[in-house]
Amino acid sequence: MTDVVVTGYGATTPLGGDAASTWDALLAGKSGVGHTTGEWVEKHDLPVKISAQLAVEPTEVLPRVQARRMDRAEQVAMVAAREAWAHAGLAVEKGEDPKVDPTRLAVIVGTGIGGVTTLLDQDDLLESDGLRKVSPLVVPMLMPNGPAALISLEIGAKGGVHSPASACATGAEAMAWAWRLLKAGEVDVVVAGGAEACIAPITVAGFVQARTLSQRNDAPQEASRPFDTGRDGFVLGEGAGVLVLERREFAEARGATVHGTLAGIGLTSDAYHITGPDPEGGGQGRAMLNAVRTAGLEPSDVGHVNCHATSTVVGDVGEANAIKKALGDHPVLTAPKASMGHLVGGAGAVEGLIALLSVRDGIIPATLNLEDKDPKVDLDVVAGEPRKMELTAAVNNSFGFGGHNASLLFTK
Amino acid sequence: MADTAEILSGLAEIVEEVAGIDTAEVTAEKSFVDDLDIDSLSMVEIAVQAEDKFGVKIPDDQLAELKTVGDAVSYIEKNQ
Repeated sequence: MTDVVVTGYGATTPLGGDAASTWDALLAGKSGVGHTTGEWVEKHDLPVKISAQLAVEPTEVLPRVQARRMDRAEQVAMVAAREAWAHAGLAVEKGEDPKVDPTRLAVIVGTGIGGVTTLLDQDDLLESDGLRKVSPLVVPMLMPNGPAALISLEIGAKGGVHSPASACATGAEAMAWAWRLLKAGEVDVVVAGGAEACIAPITVAGFVQARTLSQRNDAPQEASRPFDTGRDGFVLGEGAGVLVLERREFAEARGATVHGTLAGIGLTSDAYHITGPDPEGGGQGRAMLNAVRTAGLEPSDVGHVNCHATSTVVGDVGEANAIKKALGDHPVLTAPKASMGHLVGGAGAVEGLIALLSVRDGIIPATLNLEDKDPKVDLDVVAGEPRKMELTAAVNNSFGFGGHNASLLFTK
Repeated sequence: MADTAEILSGLAEIVEEVAGIDTAEVTAEKSFVDDLDIDSLSMVEIAVQAEDKFGVKIPDDQLAELKTVGDAVSYIEKNQ
């Protein structure tokens, strides 16, 4: 079976408007968390007044007319996809022949929530001004397959457009399905990723009512603190990550730069509770082990885990225990949500990219705000400064409401 | 009441806003679909904005008949 390699990547996150600035800010220990802009925070007197909003507004980057036809979630997906596509050396001028047969090119990009800001804004318009003020673009703007479909239009992908929806595991699940499609030989190239832009009153209210968000309003940059004893919930973020994945033979034939290999994947489900993870971590462990097994490796090869760890009291410990049980106590951990909050459907894609860069560059970013590690977390978590470390393999974990567990294994 | 030239320039501004087409390109003989590459969704947006700007009603069956920019200008001029 063919190898699946990464030839391009893109991102837009609370830390930076592209992949390089995100990675640099992460290594520099910066935080993308701040006070939420928007009158609705005060209007509804929400107890959570912080979030991780984008570093660069997508409307500053995208052509105006393209941007006005898109929901914010679609905009961030497009920004990341355009960067990844160009980075992979696949962008061509208008009229030039494509570098990949369009029928052998697929898009797999999902979102956890979809076009919620469009839904809210347009419902307000319907209520206040009536039908004729509702945009004819409402449906394509709020549909959860919108980001993937718009990317397919941008790059001319005719080999299938797919939109997994598995809440906070969506971005990683997209990569996993891309891996399956490429391994099966159905296509040569897949543009895969996840996107989210759901910092909106109803979403924040819903997460508040589920008691999942940090309320550390007086110190936003210290609010997201995975594995720390002071953690009190996650910080909602927004953004997108996209990878260009290819069959190795195809990438080599066109002389593409290979940044790493998506060597294995694991997708499992808990069937335990609609929001709570299985406390035994069985599904999480099986996902990690499936990623190791499909890569043809052993747990001892995995030197690093880029954790899902969202900074919730229960979730972080559960994941640490699952890692220890599945892989052993040797992997060195980090949790990038400390710096950029929780990108929901975008999280697995951006964090998968970070795990890939850790393997490529031999460096693991530190977990911001980890000052007093929870004694129940009996593993080595990088804190303070990034750690230089040669890695054979790194695993990225993403878990989602609904009992979704997705693990990706990257090698050089 | 706007005259022909005012309607044309007002319509061109709407087309520019909705579809990103330079106002200079929006001339009477141009077809919305074939020349300006405006899709049916954008046409709905343009019609709603034109209704507000010129105080006209453009029912769907009439909208379908407005093939060119000139068709739209004449319709607005007659019905404002």
